[in-house]
Amino acid sequence: MSTPLRLKELTNKEELLTGGHRLCAGCGAPIAVRQIFLALDVPVVASNATGCLEVSTTIYPYTAWKIPWIHSAFENAAATISGVEAMYKSLKRKGKIDRKIKFIAFGGDGGTYDIGLQSLSGAMERRHDIVYICYDNGAYMNTGIQRSSATPLGANTTTSPAGTVIPGKLQPRKNLTKIMAAHNIPYSAQASPHNWRDLMTKVRKAVEIDGPAFINIFAHCNRGWRTPTNTAIQDSRLAVETCFWPLYEYDNGRLTVNYKPKEKKPVTEFLKTQGRFKHLFRPGNEDLLREIQENVDREWNALLREEALQSSAESS
Amino acid sequence: MGNKLAVTGNQAVAEAMRQINPDVCAAYPITPQTEIMQRFSSFVADGKVETELVTVESEHSAMSACIGASAAGGRVMTATSSQGLALMWEMLYIASGMRLPIVMPLVNRALSAPINIHGDHSDGMGARDSGWIQLYSENAQEAYDNLIQAVRIAEHEEVRLPATVCMDGFIISHSIESMEFLPDDAVRDFIGEFKPLHPLLDVDNPVTYGPLVLPNYYMEFKRAQHEAIGAAKEVTLEVAREFERISGRSYGLFEDYRLDDAELALVLLNSAAGTAKDVVDAYREKGLKVGLLKPRLFRPFPYDEVADALSAAKVIAVLDRADSFGGFGPMYMEIASAMMTKGLRPLMINKIYGLGGRDFMPEHAGAVIEELRETLDTGRVKVPKEYIGVRE
Repeated sequence: MSTPLRLKELTNKEELLTGGHRLCAGCGAPIAVRQIFLALDVPVVASNATGCLEVSTTIYPYTAWKIPWIHSAFENAAATISGVEAMYKSLKRKGKIDRKIKFIAFGGDGGTYDIGLQSLSGAMERRHDIVYICYDNGAYMNTGIQRSSATPLGANTTTSPAGTVIPGKLQPRKNLTKIMAAHNIPYSAQASPHNWRDLMTKVRKAVEIDGPAFINIFAHCNRGWRTPTNTAIQDSRLAVETCFWPLYEYDNGRLTVNYKPKEKKPVTEFLKTQGRFKHLFRPGNEDLLREIQENVDREWNALLREEALQSSAESS
Repeated sequence: MGNKLAVTGNQAVAEAMRQINPDVCAAYPITPQTEIMQRFSSFVADGKVETELVTVESEHSAMSACIGASAAGGRVMTATSSQGLALMWEMLYIASGMRLPIVMPLVNRALSAPINIHGDHSDGMGARDSGWIQLYSENAQEAYDNLIQAVRIAEHEEVRLPATVCMDGFIISHSIESMEFLPDDAVRDFIGEFKPLHPLLDVDNPVTYGPLVLPNYYMEFKRAQHEAIGAAKEVTLEVAREFERISGRSYGLFEDYRLDDAELALVLLNSAAGTAKDVVDAYREKGLKVGLLKPRLFRPFPYDEVADALSAAKVIAVLDRADSFGGFGPMYMEIASAMMTKGLRPLMINKIYGLGGRDFMPEHAGAVIEELRETLDTGRVKVPKEYIGVRE
């Protein structure tokens, strides 16, 4: 019996990522991780790519993890957990383990979209029974806010600075969730911690499925995004309300857009909350703002069209 | 006793892996290691092993998956060569730093560029400082025997470190020679059950592997590693003694060949040592006091014992099948360190030979012995380091 996804029951569960870790106040990553753990009712083993979540939670001789946890390197959280899962399968087959254990890999966008993409793609293709969680804060925050392939168009980072000639990052981010879906894995989804019930429901599906699953979680970073430390949840909500970060899932190929704002807000509502986009509102950058809005609209409409096409194909 | 068959070095190693029957094997194909992986995949497909085979997308992921699997709590193997080992480089240090007893045959091959698929020791020597135990093998029999012993050495409770077993690419991996296999049950009994230590899969006793360790503790971790690999020397001898009881074959830290009264000594690894031994015999017949030392355990390096074995030598030629560009060959540096630490001062020369699979012929060994003789006569080193068997 799984714990009902109600605050009353969930708040009575033991936290598996303890307080006292050294992530920044207001960081989105541990909020996501705690929601993930609260959603689980089976024991898990996790691997973690090098990054903020890793360095800040395991400063020797302390650890914030109350689960078996391994960090080996930056680009290989998926390969590492696939080894753990392979050993589990081997020992289970030989009768040396009889209990059900699930396997999760955590990585930031740098360790997932960029340097870890090969390892992730390999693990997904091999169909290990693992859940890969990317906490996407849109840059290499751990090393000091360098651009990654998840950094949004126009964002000011320390390696795509908004200068006098170049206005921040010139390339749109890649769509990793769709790249994962294109691996034809049983489950891939996008989530955001402001909608905890949706996030936890997705985690449960991903864990229950026999085979690989991927969840891309929007993770606020007040240092990198240049915001106050108390806006993680409201900014995440805005990202979804503007369709900058749509909530959707591919469940065995079937696309569901999990949240459709009644009134889609202009993307500037999201952008203006963050210092990393401040330069975009200066005169001369109107075209860039327009391009960002067009990109959001195109991707959002494509999602809705794809969902509608699937339903009409089923009903016809 | 076992069963005598004519096989390639790769077949011998694959057969040892079948008998070891690891819980997990994560590997990626690369010439000249490929045959090991193909054969092992067939063992999996035919149910001859109970191994979970993870056919990863790169060697970096191979070693990463081995690390995850080993930390999870079981016996883990992989195999590689050359560029594959180079791609693993980052993970080699992590495997040893986490004290994971992964065992890996390494089919020695040259490193690019230019690309070359043939045998030399640049790959193994490049991983010299990675904290792995390294055993070198002259032929298929030694590769087979070393691999079985490596499991015991790596998993010994005072060691708990990864180990690699080297043999020469093509020269050994692809040549057929006659060798003796042990019965399956003899190998199974010899290696015993794997004893997990703090396994990740013990979910009731959660452990954190790979924390961030700052200057206040990092050095204690490294000192512990230094002590563990040091302990591997005695363990190697202990395991060899037990292995002799089941196989009749005797192993030490190195092979000393006609060294007792040798004033002239050659030091070289692997297959070329076999060639050089014949030449040593020929010179012995002519009355020259020449001998040969073939290291087996390269990491940890048995400095004391090597120096003792070479203590009669007045001139030594160290032949390296790898270069440390801008420095002496890696084996030369070890031998020089061994002699110096004991206050021994032979004249020493370094020859770089056989790179990229260039043949090492008896006349090459002969020319080196002639040069040693001249060095002894004149009391002077003509050229400290030199490439041999190469066009000018």
